Amino acid sequence: MGTLKEWIFTTDHKRVGVLYLIGSLAAFAVAGIMALLMRWELTTIGPTLTANPTTYNVWLYAHGAVMILGFQIPALTGFFANYCIPLMIGAKDVAFPRLNAFSVWLFYVGIILAILTFFIPDSPDIMWTAYPPYSTITSGNTALYTFTVLILGFASILGGVNFLTTVAYMRAPGMTWNKLNIFVWCTLAAFVLQLIFVPVLGTAVTLISFDKYLGTSFFDPAKGGDVLIYQNLFWFYSHPAVYVIFLPFIGVVYEIVATFARNRVFNYKMVVYGGIFGIVGLSGVVWVHHLYVTGMADWIRIGQMVTTLLISVPVGFTVIGLVGTLYKGSISFETPMLYALGVLFLFLIGGLTGIPLAITSLTLHLSDTYYVVGHFHYVMAVAGTFSIFGGVYYWFPKITGRMYSEAIGKLGFWITFAGTNIVFWIMMDIGVKGMPRRYYDYAHFPQFENAHQWMTGGAALIGLGFALAVLNWIVGAIRGAKAPDNPWGSQSLEWSTQTPPPPGNWKDVPTIREEWDPYAYARP
Amino acid sequence: MRNRPIVAAAFAAMASAAHAADVIRDPAAGWDYLWYEVLVDISILGIAFALITAFFVIRYRRRAENEVGKAGRLTAVAAVGWTVIPMFVFMADDFFLAANGWQLWNTYRQPPANRIEIKLESGMYSWDYTYPNGVQTQNVLKVPAGKPVLLRMTSRDTIHSHFIPDFRVKEDSMPGRVTYLWFYPQKPGEHIVTCAEYCGIMHSYMIGKVVVVPEAEFTAWYEQEERKLAGGAGQPKKAGA
Repeated sequence: MGTLKEWIFTTDHKRVGVLYLIGSLAAFAVAGIMALLMRWELTTIGPTLTANPTTYNVWLYAHGAVMILGFQIPALTGFFANYCIPLMIGAKDVAFPRLNAFSVWLFYVGIILAILTFFIPDSPDIMWTAYPPYSTITSGNTALYTFTVLILGFASILGGVNFLTTVAYMRAPGMTWNKLNIFVWCTLAAFVLQLIFVPVLGTAVTLISFDKYLGTSFFDPAKGGDVLIYQNLFWFYSHPAVYVIFLPFIGVVYEIVATFARNRVFNYKMVVYGGIFGIVGLSGVVWVHHLYVTGMADWIRIGQMVTTLLISVPVGFTVIGLVGTLYKGSISFETPMLYALGVLFLFLIGGLTGIPLAITSLTLHLSDTYYVVGHFHYVMAVAGTFSIFGGVYYWFPKITGRMYSEAIGKLGFWITFAGTNIVFWIMMDIGVKGMPRRYYDYAHFPQFENAHQWMTGGAALIGLGFALAVLNWIVGAIRGAKAPDNPWGSQSLEWSTQTPPPPGNWKDVPTIREEWDPYAYARP
Repeated sequence: MRNRPIVAAAFAAMASAAHAADVIRDPAAGWDYLWYEVLVDISILGIAFALITAFFVIRYRRRAENEVGKAGRLTAVAAVGWTVIPMFVFMADDFFLAANGWQLWNTYRQPPANRIEIKLESGMYSWDYTYPNGVQTQNVLKVPAGKPVLLRMTSRDTIHSHFIPDFRVKEDSMPGRVTYLWFYPQKPGEHIVTCAEYCGIMHSYMIGKVVVVPEAEFTAWYEQEERKLAGGAGQPKKAGA
């Protein structure tokens, strides 16, 4: 196990990865509790848990900011990328191990800053989007938000530099680009997006703090600024950020599905060069669909309606590749596979319910309602979290050298799956009927009280299911049965080393045979 | 320009067509129709994918412990076919939806000429309306039935969004910018107005209503308010009044 000091000062990519996992799961717990508090508050009309709307707004801010910046992005591009990429490409470690250690330290600084939200008197209440003018006039602490984003963004940029270099230069002999795991491609694409777009977000959040604390007026129309510039900058990053989450999570699902179907990935080159590259290519020209009701010029709203709809092409490739991988497979249904199929189901609903939101004219009604909230929880929030949980279950034997309880794993999955569909299906339904988002109280929509109560019940199920999964891991890591090197019978390279992998990963760096690829199950 | 008569004729035809279509298209009805159409579209796609997946999951479940999948490598033709054909199917659907969406968009963004135009200034936390004759109301937008209503909106503090769920329309109101929306109330009744952009602590209490009344009743109210306004301006109020 090693001493605490060894863990803190580690430069081993696997330990750095595990540190990312622990930190991001802590962030997930905090942000998840915020979600439960909000659902509790919304159980009845009027004050339920707190009589102060600001308290609720702080929960809402923390839920969004911490889930995205503290949990999903670090878990996917921090934990999975760190743990799996060197093992998948046959490298001994990453290109810059000490830079890697520095980035995980920055990540911890970032989540500590984020969690300080609950310990300072002027907690930010600006939502994770922090739109000015509210974010520049509120008594909440906008600077805390700015610094949290900057620190986490910086950690992410360091990770991006590191992993692009690692994959470009440290692949094992014979590991050609077309033999890379889909997950590796997905993560590379996500890091390319981070490197291009995080600086834009950094600019946006820095400028709001300049406006608020240093008296500049980038976003203050009274002094010649413009409120919409911020929204453009923010979403120019934050829409690609959706793909920074989507790409690695669908990559994890590909690994799980290929292994549990013991099958070749369907049309690999379509998935990589059509799907993943296509998403990267379109990601920077669709952000205006977050600004459909802000009075942007008509030509750009119409133009980006078309580009947004066209996202269905590369995303469709990734879904076809996933479903096609099941064809003629030999499918078994251990816990990771249940989560992966769960992702497919949630993503199907989430993706398709995004189509109305791509259409400008339909969004004039749907924007900023619970429909949007339900949609993005299906497509990104819960699908991403299911993928993270499935991925942790999948690599759990490799990481810990022990097995988890299959029964508890499946039970946790089904409870969460049921809860998710209760909460977010109802959410979309009342959204279409007019329930606006970010409401502390819905006194003027009494017809939705019953629906809110159902959603609170569903949220409790989600919390219970995820808690069971985390408990399962803790118990499994301590006293689970010893795991074999390759419990799932996967072809992928990370399973070929011993369990758990030693420092340096391999006794001898593997040489990749001509006929090997990570999904070659059928022997011709 | 040899073509000029033809062009002129074409424009004349378009103009008369536009005249003929002087019937006001109600954006809310258009919204309901397009929403239904899109729901059918995405349901077909969703059910097709779900059924195929469910079939594969059942049909190809593992039957023996050491069994492996049997999918072979795709031939080059199959690989390209499986890329290009879905691409064209998706793109066809995308452009179909985009065309319909754009058509409805034009309805939303081209308010009819016989509209009543009202100014809206939003602020934390109220909707302040100003009618063409100067009459002002707060949180209650009284409008005549059968007449399109256009709001020109701005904000004096944070960003708000004037959302009327019953009329399927919202648009942000922002400081330093003027935006607009229009809707077409046809029957007398009351409709909730709610703020759809997080604007501050009391965001969820920023509620108003659109009150649609018969035209005669509206005119009476409107003129009465106008007289009050004129009277109020002409004779300063007496102390204690």
